[in-house]
Amino acid sequence: MNNVQNKKRANKSLPFFFKDEFKVFFVIIFFSTILLISTFTFDKVPPILNRGIQPATFPKGLLVLIMFLTTIIYYLSFKNPWKKEKKLPKPFFLTILSFILFVIISKTLDFFLAISVLSIFVSYNWGEKRVFYLLLVGIIFPLVVFIFFEMILGLRFPPGIITNLYYY
Amino acid sequence: MMAPLFSSKLLIVLLFGTLFGLILGVLPGLGPTTGGALILPFTMTLDPLSAIVLLTSIYCAGTYGGAITAVLINTPGTPAAAATCLDGYPLAQKGEAGRALGMATVSSTVGGIFSVIVLVFFAPVLAKLAYEFGQPEYFALAIFGLTMLASIGEGSPIKNLIAGAFGILISTIGKDFMTSIDRFTYGINELSVGIGFIPVVVGLFAISEMLTQSTLLDQVFKRVALKAVKLPSLNDYKKTWKTILRSSGIGSFIGVLPAEGGTVASLIGYSEAKRFSKEPEEFGKGSIEGIAGAEAANNAATGGAMVPTLALGIPGSATTAVILTGLIIHGVRPGPDLFREQPDFLYGIFGAMLIANVLFFIFGFFGAKLFARITLVPNKILWPMIFAVSVCGTYSLSQSIIDVWIMLFFGVLGFFMRRFGFSVVPVIIGLILGELVEGTLRQSLVIFDGNWLMFLTRPIALTFFILSLIALAFPLLRTKKQKD
Repeated sequence: MNNVQNKKRANKSLPFFFKDEFKVFFVIIFFSTILLISTFTFDKVPPILNRGIQPATFPKGLLVLIMFLTTIIYYLSFKNPWKKEKKLPKPFFLTILSFILFVIISKTLDFFLAISVLSIFVSYNWGEKRVFYLLLVGIIFPLVVFIFFEMILGLRFPPGIITNLYYY
Repeated sequence: MMAPLFSSKLLIVLLFGTLFGLILGVLPGLGPTTGGALILPFTMTLDPLSAIVLLTSIYCAGTYGGAITAVLINTPGTPAAAATCLDGYPLAQKGEAGRALGMATVSSTVGGIFSVIVLVFFAPVLAKLAYEFGQPEYFALAIFGLTMLASIGEGSPIKNLIAGAFGILISTIGKDFMTSIDRFTYGINELSVGIGFIPVVVGLFAISEMLTQSTLLDQVFKRVALKAVKLPSLNDYKKTWKTILRSSGIGSFIGVLPAEGGTVASLIGYSEAKRFSKEPEEFGKGSIEGIAGAEAANNAATGGAMVPTLALGIPGSATTAVILTGLIIHGVRPGPDLFREQPDFLYGIFGAMLIANVLFFIFGFFGAKLFARITLVPNKILWPMIFAVSVCGTYSLSQSIIDVWIMLFFGVLGFFMRRFGFSVVPVIIGLILGELVEGTLRQSLVIFDGNWLMFLTRPIALTFFILSLIALAFPLLRTKKQKD
């Protein structure tokens, strides 16, 4: 009980723009506004062909609803502040970094290589230092999955420096 | 009912599905929803019945599997097993892990079989009723489904509604199905076909869980030793049979409602077991009734959740949303026509669920010790492997690398949603109901010549709207009552 109260107090003492409630409110309202503005650029159906509502009307309604509900949760948070979340640890950011690496490598070099690099990177940063297990998660297992998908589902993976060696 | 299942191929599929479901259920963070989404691409090599039998057996066994880790390591393998921890783990700590798992296995099986019986009788009745439904009624029904998420789903009702609306918004990306006008595509060709269900599900469940696990690396599980699973004693049966039956009924009913079936069902089943118990003070300290109440209810929700999925095409839970996608991918359109045109197919599913419940009883009884060992696979090995399967599975459906990036995007988004108290389940339900909601709304407005008030002239639609209002008001009343 005391812990919860301390957490709530800790969150209360922060300036409003540092609080989770405001950050969530801001992010949702910001992106909803951008999306709402973009709905005004959707093509319109000429009145003579139009039956029912315009294609932009439904998404507009949804975005307004999301913004309205977000405002309500922000308002309610004044009465009941959210509990302060723990700081995110280093492995979390390294995992996010591995996703970015995955996107870059899969786009520029090779899909299989991207999976391998991510698997080894994540496993290593999560504490696995044994070479055999790193090879298992980074090469042996992705290779089994790769061949399984290729043979069972007849899947053709995107070309790349390693995948091309397999196909040609 | 069983006739379509008497083929060696289907029985192998059932066996595999049950084993795979148990493994998924045992592993904290995974579960039948993520597992179903991951295996969906593989079902493309199967005929429709085998594919759905595979998915439903994963659903049944996965829901039960969560109890094994709940009892032995105090960590629910699936959210639906959270209530099982409350008494399962304390009982295991007293050296009665085998008895706790035995009760969990028996009550899960009874709950599961009870719900299949409900499914067999109730789904055709609901399908017949659905013949009366036109576009306005389906629109009102879909709205009711979404408001139920707010009402009885986990977490804040308003946050659930935001998540549901966000799910519907995702479904509007791509070419408008009535006019072929691009929406939210921003000149990206790949987006004009819309965002697929699988990248979103795998992202929101598997990848976001991977990120969650990255924040829990210092967590240490205290494992309780298990010698063997024991069947409950006669005294245990005498003590719990009413609880099991009550929770089976509660679970089946909650499952039928379009919401987070198993999780909510087990919590209500547990609290009702406590309310009716002669020894309520034992709850939380290792009550056998507590385990029975929670486990019978969460497994009973599986059959219940299949009722609206098959009869109306409205998913009763996140996993049934995956099963619904499986049906659609295989060209099977759920709804009343399915009951008239393909009864063999439906009875195949009913029979498969029945057999899956028996199979997980056998596997659970004799193999719980072995399945519990799966949790020994360290996260630093397990999750990179799951990532590889997630990526290849997501890529395989439309052979698009964009889908993989979408999966990663939703993984990160899902992590932050969960961190700030937004459930990801309404996003999935919203995404799958989105086209139905918008399509029926727009077609209704065409029928009504743009007059919104005409919705109120349709009795069934009006009933659903009133129920939606009640569903929205319910959490407010509940909060007020709790404060009082």
